[in-house]
Amino acid sequence: MSTATLIKRLPSRIERYSPALLLAAALLIYVAIALSLGLTRFLTPEAAISILNRSIALGMTAVGQTFAILVGSIDLSVAHLISASAVVSSAIMNGDPAMMAPAVVVVLLMGALVGTLNGLMITRLEVNPLIATLGMALIIQGCLASFHGKFGGSVPDAFQFFAYGTVLGLPFSLMVLAVVVVAAWVVLRFTRFGSNVYSVGGNRDTARAAGIKTNRVVIASHILCSLCASLSGLYLASRLKSGSPWLGTEGAYDLESIAVVVIGGTILSGGKGGIWGTVAGVVIFSLIDSIFNLAGVDAFAKQVMRGIIIVAAVAFYAVRSKRIVA
Amino acid sequence: MSQQTVSSQQAPGAPRSGRLPKINPVFFVLAALLVAITLSNPNFVEPTGYMNFLKRAAPLAILAAGQIYVIVSGGFDLSVGSLITLTVVGSSMLLNNNADATWWVIPIMYAVGLAVGVVNGLVVSFLRVPSLIATLGMMITLNGAAFMWSSGSPRGYLPETFRFFGRVNIQGIPLIQFLPVALLVMLAAGSYLFWLMHRTNLGRMLHAIGDNPRAAQMSGVPIERVRITAFVVSSLSAVTAGILLGGFAGVSTDVGVGYELQAITACVIGGAQLLGGRGSVPASIAGALTLTAIFTLLNFIGLPKPVRDVVQGVILIVAVVLATYRRNRAGGT
Repeated sequence: MSTATLIKRLPSRIERYSPALLLAAALLIYVAIALSLGLTRFLTPEAAISILNRSIALGMTAVGQTFAILVGSIDLSVAHLISASAVVSSAIMNGDPAMMAPAVVVVLLMGALVGTLNGLMITRLEVNPLIATLGMALIIQGCLASFHGKFGGSVPDAFQFFAYGTVLGLPFSLMVLAVVVVAAWVVLRFTRFGSNVYSVGGNRDTARAAGIKTNRVVIASHILCSLCASLSGLYLASRLKSGSPWLGTEGAYDLESIAVVVIGGTILSGGKGGIWGTVAGVVIFSLIDSIFNLAGVDAFAKQVMRGIIIVAAVAFYAVRSKRIVA
Repeated sequence: MSQQTVSSQQAPGAPRSGRLPKINPVFFVLAALLVAITLSNPNFVEPTGYMNFLKRAAPLAILAAGQIYVIVSGGFDLSVGSLITLTVVGSSMLLNNNADATWWVIPIMYAVGLAVGVVNGLVVSFLRVPSLIATLGMMITLNGAAFMWSSGSPRGYLPETFRFFGRVNIQGIPLIQFLPVALLVMLAAGSYLFWLMHRTNLGRMLHAIGDNPRAAQMSGVPIERVRITAFVVSSLSAVTAGILLGGFAGVSTDVGVGYELQAITACVIGGAQLLGGRGSVPASIAGALTLTAIFTLLNFIGLPKPVRDVVQGVILIVAVVLATYRRNRAGGT
């Protein structure tokens, strides 16, 4: 009997640690290529920080997306919300340091509003989350494009501290990301809301039968998701000095954040996964980019390989499951 | 009395026998929109008006008729837009301005489509990657491949022999004056896909898989094979749409951008249920025509493109809300 349970438990263990395995593999390839090309300056702590620094916007968005996917939903509106946040923040600040706080507040409120609307559409109107957030994305895009041109503005130099400033030798933005990640981990691991997220994502009907107010959990997860997207919009505005309505879509933050979350071992149907997997996924993504840069892969070939790697990484642990996926 | 109860119970039960309960509301919406277009632009009733409308809608209609196969089986196919791009770019590279090459380039493009569909289906069925991710990966890969093939800047034009399908109108037909070849292609593809979905075993098996994959498997449906077929149908319809679009527009690397979402929107407007089990080919084609009609109408009214995005978003959500409401009222799931 003990061997039977052992055999049954083994695959789940592999599944649990597979993001770490993938991360180790990516790291190994990176180090091997750097060594074989004799580029040891890419193996210093500074290089590590610069690799991480490149994926801050994706990281913040992906943390939020993790909540949406864990609860059994999905958010396709993040990319457009990022653009909207960047545009609105730079329009409100308009180079005036005194307007920094109001702009941040307005942008975060806007994120909360979008998240609430997404959540309400999904719970009250029972719209499929893909369609609800896709519709929201189109609406945001339309609003942005029709206001574009009337909005100008740029962020004041003081606000660029968010993207370029350093505290104790570490980039400030990286520390913000770390705080967001740890906060998300604490919420998911140690709070009632966190365990509600897992139970609602696992089986909404059972969760409701167990007395969880499932609608509230879904709405709250969507609000968190949109807040994270707004934050990454603020970061991008700070980095690029002004917002453009194509920021989010050009970075493909909607699909990339989903891919990162799924590579991190969170399953699309919800209820299983976690923040650290997502973090591993983000690092894997930026390592892949760095590997391609080191090896000097052509930009288009890079895209082809990227598509294949996303599918292969997900297949890496999906292939063992016996469930029939859609 | 008892008989009355029985018959009155049968009436609401009738829709469950698998037939469409009533006429799908999308047809009424489409009719209303066409009337609205006619009111805002009386020229629309002239053959040039409505024929050009149908011609413009043809690629999306074919795409939606293929996409519905994957949606009914419970998945999504996000790779169709990039497959359209690859078809147009790839054809222009292979043709290399040589008009005589058309006859072998088109079969090659269909072979590419077949391969893409089979790979999508294999990845979803055997590697158990959710179709959203699998076809997203395929989309990124195919876009990269189109760029790679054309070195980023496709050049040249498609010769007339290739553009025949998308562009040429057959002249001198009584009553309607002319008939676009694109419309014929749409009718042929649409009726074949209708037959395949609603008159064959494959269609029934697709619905069964989308409704409850486990139950379908237990009752002996070859899930993997049916799934792969659905993705192949979707990919082949994308190649067809790509050939038509190549006829309208020039060669560029963003011909297909956004078509995957428009196709899914069209299916949803046509009453398809996402995640499977419900959907019809004619309703999806009507959904595609509705979407095109909405864009045409907004264009006639003179609304700019951004407003069209907002309208598309609102319509998408409203269509799903109404479909859910109707289903809940009918007591189905």
